[in-house]
Amino acid sequence: MFQDKVLKKVTIHFAGDSGDGIQLTGSQFTNTTAKYGNDLSTFPDFPAEIRAPIGTIAGVSGFQIHFGSVEIDTPGAEADVLVAMNAAAFSKNFINLKKGGTLIANEAGFDKRNLKLAGLDESHNPLDEIPEADFEVHRIDISKINREALKEFDLGMKEKDRSKNMFALGFVYWLYHREPKGTIEFLKAKFSKNPEVLKANIAALNAGFHYGETIEAITRYKVEKANLEAGTYRNIIGNQALSLGLITAAKKSNLQAFFAGYPITPASDILHFLSRHKNFGIKTFQAEDEIAAITAAIGGSFAGSLGITATSGPGMALKGEALGLALMLEIPLVIVNVQRGGPSTGLPTKTEQADLMQAIFGRNGESPIPVIAANSPSDCFDTAFEAVKIAVEHMTPVILLSDGYIANGAEPWKFPSSSEYKEIKPHYTEAKEGEYLPYQRDENLVRTWALPGQEGLEHRVGGLEKADKTGNVSYDPDNHQNMVKTRAAKVAKIANSYPDLEFIQGDENDDLLVVGWGSTRGSIKVAVRWAREQGLKVAQLHLKHLFPFHNELQNVLEKFETVIVPELNNGQLSKLIQQEFCKEVKPLNKIKGLPFKAQEIFDKIIEESHD
Amino acid sequence: MTESTKLSAKDFSTDQDVRWCPGCGDYSILKQMQTVLPELGIERKNLVFISGIGCSSRFPYYMNSYGMHSIHGRAPAIASGLKAANPDLSVWIITGDGDGLSIGGNQLIHALRRNFDVNILLFNNEIYGLTKGQYSPTSELGKTTKSSPLGSIDHPFNPLALALGAEATFVARSVDRDPLHLREVLKRANEHKGTSFVEIYQNCNVFNDGAFELWTDKKQKALSSIKLNHGEPLVFANGSLGLKLNGTKPELVKLEEGQDTSDLWIHDENDAVKANLLSRFFDKYLSEESFPRPFGILYSEERFTYEAAMAEQIENARKLKGDGDLDALIQGSNSWVVD
Ligand code: SF4
Repeated sequence: MFQDKVLKKVTIHFAGDSGDGIQLTGSQFTNTTAKYGNDLSTFPDFPAEIRAPIGTIAGVSGFQIHFGSVEIDTPGAEADVLVAMNAAAFSKNFINLKKGGTLIANEAGFDKRNLKLAGLDESHNPLDEIPEADFEVHRIDISKINREALKEFDLGMKEKDRSKNMFALGFVYWLYHREPKGTIEFLKAKFSKNPEVLKANIAALNAGFHYGETIEAITRYKVEKANLEAGTYRNIIGNQALSLGLITAAKKSNLQAFFAGYPITPASDILHFLSRHKNFGIKTFQAEDEIAAITAAIGGSFAGSLGITATSGPGMALKGEALGLALMLEIPLVIVNVQRGGPSTGLPTKTEQADLMQAIFGRNGESPIPVIAANSPSDCFDTAFEAVKIAVEHMTPVILLSDGYIANGAEPWKFPSSSEYKEIKPHYTEAKEGEYLPYQRDENLVRTWALPGQEGLEHRVGGLEKADKTGNVSYDPDNHQNMVKTRAAKVAKIANSYPDLEFIQGDENDDLLVVGWGSTRGSIKVAVRWAREQGLKVAQLHLKHLFPFHNELQNVLEKFETVIVPELNNGQLSKLIQQEFCKEVKPLNKIKGLPFKAQEIFDKIIEESHD
Repeated sequence: MTESTKLSAKDFSTDQDVRWCPGCGDYSILKQMQTVLPELGIERKNLVFISGIGCSSRFPYYMNSYGMHSIHGRAPAIASGLKAANPDLSVWIITGDGDGLSIGGNQLIHALRRNFDVNILLFNNEIYGLTKGQYSPTSELGKTTKSSPLGSIDHPFNPLALALGAEATFVARSVDRDPLHLREVLKRANEHKGTSFVEIYQNCNVFNDGAFELWTDKKQKALSSIKLNHGEPLVFANGSLGLKLNGTKPELVKLEEGQDTSDLWIHDENDAVKANLLSRFFDKYLSEESFPRPFGILYSEERFTYEAAMAEQIENARKLKGDGDLDALIQGSNSWVVD
């Protein structure tokens, strides 16, 4: 007999060789779980090398999903379940399995060869040494059983083995009372041209599902639907949401989107996504380098399109000079930086928030450019929309910071209808023929946009300092000072259009404030919730606008004696706040290429509360 | 009637003081551009000049049209974005040997292979003028300059061979001192559907005076240069010399007066192999065996433009999938309802 156990939330970590189809397995489990009605959050963790040496620790690909019947804000820290397809996957991740957790191990991945590749002692199978009292271990010779299940198929051994991830997925589905139906539909679409492979994959999935019933005295788990707000949901990945936000904003501005990009991890998916949607009239351009990508986008904006480019840290460094040009031209432009571990090439597939200073200051001269940051996969949509809105309505380049964690992470999204978004109004000129002054400004110090092709508005722009109003080249000392101050004042005024600054938890009467920005929102939220459940008076504030800061920020900060600033860098927002407001804060810095665990932030809250 | 049929050269000049050194070859190029424009039938509103950095890159400020004086070397990329976004514009890229061949080399070669319908005018003065006289990527070997007091040890580029190697569809050469020829080449560049690459020898009388004297000096140019005309035999030195092809090997031929020239090398702009041979006529000094430097259109080829291909893909995507439905896209294919 099977026993059913009800859980509120579970974290499962799928791990295997990069060739094992782990990302696909994880995303299938995610889609099924999302559709079932759980709240969830995911985190893929894959090697930088496309084909890292098979069986080694460097080649381990992982996918973690945290799902529950309660609110889920992070992909979870320690795993309740570890699915390890080989010894390397086990060796890398076992340490992260909770005491009392479940290990599902593919026995075939623990032979001498695999142990050696994983750098383990060949004479000891580590599975033999796991204390039975502490863990629930399922040792399954997946490869063997799967081959057996597929013996009638006209496929080579290698091809049969390739479906063993489906066996593992089937077993996990059974364990968690999930229907494999959605995955079967997915497989049908994926292998429509290869019926034998399709049948084999479905057979493997079913074999895994039925395998559960053949083992005795096993506990199955139930995770009930979450109490999500009523509405229609979909599962969304950060880079997708960002692309959708860009498309929506272009439409709402009545502008053609012109996207120019150069392939770079982890931003390339934005280029991929947009280039697949040409029927929305989006023009995409794969440039020869990062500099050409941003300058082509500038050319697009000069022509009257919405110029957009996306990159990551190293590419951002290359775009610096062109960013300066865009701010001198005062034309709309959106630059997305999906941050990764730096400096230099750094950790391409790992996450970090260390490009904040670069975004705000990384150019020659006095060069203010607004900077906003997305804080969750679905929030990438609204943030992209807002970046476009600021760029278009304030005639300025805007830097949007995302990072590898939310770019690749997923969550259920109660997606909006495009009608909920207001029109964005480009700043076209009404000047008559011959009287156009390109650098004439309105009350927000915003200039107008005259487009090549418009009669009588011919004018020249460029990177040289320009005279007020006419935009002609000027080397006049007073003019330069005036223009520098004007450009700064223009960007400062953008803060007047921000929505109110709202606490995510707590309020200004609390004792301690945790201030974050970007992708750390979920982990901070959990940590602050735990602290509040323990009776501590802790509030949470999360900044979307990093430059210029919200007008109310200083007032809010002043209300708290203790302010903790957790960041995945060496203290960049901390320094900015201290410098801007002379307000001392307590930095919490993690620079491991990994997101925060809620526990780490919680510990810091406790530490600062006792002082 | 279009606006431009009524315009004159003056209509294309701005109120900005032209700031090149007196005597600079740039003046002539500006003048030929302004003179030829009224004949091209381009409305001013559709005319855009994009430049990088350097003496030549001041050009857009002096043209009464749309213009951008951008950053060093990037004009081809900016122009690519501009043309992709609005294919109706007539786009002219103004660059120099430092801007286009040194810092902006990558942008230049990729613009050439993509073949947007734009015109690239590379003002070659074989020196860095704006930074006051360092050797450039086209300066000759051994050139003494501020940054090469013992002579340059950089082997120079051959710009037309480079352009052909980068799959350019229109490759031409002219010179500031030959206004008629320059205007003719500009006209042809404008007519060409695709990226036109025009190298213009431009005298920098301050830092590199006389760099092109061999081809502009009345006494020398007859022997040192040859004008290319499509369908006509390669004859120069006032009709006293011709060129012949022996297989793929060019040979000099002495011509008598009235001699039949039909077995000479007949210039064919559409012949890529011959264009490559011509681009290698790159002797810097005159001798008995040296080949003349060719001026005119070396190569011209019809190839689809990038913007046309881009429009076609969008058109096809629309036919195949219909006009994008934004809300359907936001919803995706896998949504569910929570009551
Ligand atoms: S430095 Fe040379 S190229 Fe520049 S403006 Fe003066 S003469 Fe012309």
